[in-house]
Amino acid sequence: MIKTDVVIIGAGPTGLFCAHQLGIIGLKCEIVDNLDKIGGQCIELYPDKPIYDIPAVPECTGEELTNNLIKQIKPFNFNFHLNDRVQELRQENKSWTVKTTNGKEFNTPNVVIAGGVGSFEPRKFPTKSAEKFDGKTVLYSIKDKSIFKDKSVVIFGGGDSALDWAIELSSTSKVSLIHRRDEFRGAPASVQKIKELSDNNKINLFTKYSIKDVKGNGSLEEVEIKSEEGESKTLKADYVLGFFGLIMQLGPIAEWGLNLDKKTIPVNTENFETNKKGIFAIGDICNYPGKLKLILSGFHEGALAARGCFKYARPNEKYRFEFTTASNTIKDRLGVK
Amino acid sequence: MAKIKYIEHNGKEHIVEVQNGLTVMEGAVQNDIPGIDADCGGSMSCATCHVYVKEDWYDKLSKKEMGEDDMLDQAYEPNSSSRLSCQIMVSDDLDGLSVYMPEKQV
Repeated sequence: MIKTDVVIIGAGPTGLFCAHQLGIIGLKCEIVDNLDKIGGQCIELYPDKPIYDIPAVPECTGEELTNNLIKQIKPFNFNFHLNDRVQELRQENKSWTVKTTNGKEFNTPNVVIAGGVGSFEPRKFPTKSAEKFDGKTVLYSIKDKSIFKDKSVVIFGGGDSALDWAIELSSTSKVSLIHRRDEFRGAPASVQKIKELSDNNKINLFTKYSIKDVKGNGSLEEVEIKSEEGESKTLKADYVLGFFGLIMQLGPIAEWGLNLDKKTIPVNTENFETNKKGIFAIGDICNYPGKLKLILSGFHEGALAARGCFKYARPNEKYRFEFTTASNTIKDRLGVK
Repeated sequence: MAKIKYIEHNGKEHIVEVQNGLTVMEGAVQNDIPGIDADCGGSMSCATCHVYVKEDWYDKLSKKEMGEDDMLDQAYEPNSSSRLSCQIMVSDDLDGLSVYMPEKQV
């Protein structure tokens, strides 16, 4: 059990800046994120896209913004728990027990939800029949590539993940690659390589096809694909891999008894607390009259939520407002003279 | 201003007037029309505002810009009449446009 002042759910820009504000006012926090890296949508959706509306930063990419935020909170040495997701929130007396999918437990008076539009999860096949093989022979990510040796592997998708795995597995497995159109969005060098492999019959390439059905009695046997004109083909398959990118799912957040409005959480604009005491929501996931889904709004929300956390984390102390330019206490916390 | 018809997968129709300069996605979201999620808010990063546009209208829309097809690869059951509704800008020319929603967005 990890005891802390605040658990932040989501390591996007809003969560990171909220952590900074907590550090400035002398509180500790632990940050949990479902992705394997820090940065949220900035890093997962648009690491290379320039952003033009961060105050005092005329232009920066999602990755640069993330790196600067990480640098800004470095003095506080907060822990990140990546590749993990908060599953359960339970109230105990005046604090919350927070449990993650990987079995970590936190005890904290405050939880700040900075979860964007939810956690990123792989987009799955639309076919119902794929569900019963999900996680066994129908996969959306690869942990151990040795299981594919000498097997028939049917890969769907047109991006880098699909192409890279098709290339990688083509030397040891019988690979078919299926994509819904002629053009691939993967790196040009990979697209070139795929075409070479296909010309040399090292992989079977089917473009303008999509999945129709997966079949098998107990274990997966074959996959049926269809063209837009309705023509079908059946391919032998021991494994089917789908790489259709990530979607955002609200996930377990919906089960914590919070008021929800569509996929957002209503908050007050004084400290961004939800209908539950000690649970705050900031950034894209929160909702209030006039809400703008801008990173700069998330920064403001995080600063106020951090002050909101103070009264539960330090019930016997009075919060005192200080400027970073003038306060020696803050300078000590930042490790500057 | 254009009258746009949003047709849910179950056939239910919603006809609304959408201001010029808004996108077809915004027209749906602002009028609480179900079936278009638009998780990313229109930055072409999520493919949850996917619609089908029948041939007669498809060719009248401005062409897909770079990246839209890449995003559509990740949509639910895309085909050759698929568009991202956040990339269709409303103008008087689109008066009478019908868009069909997929069974679901995710």
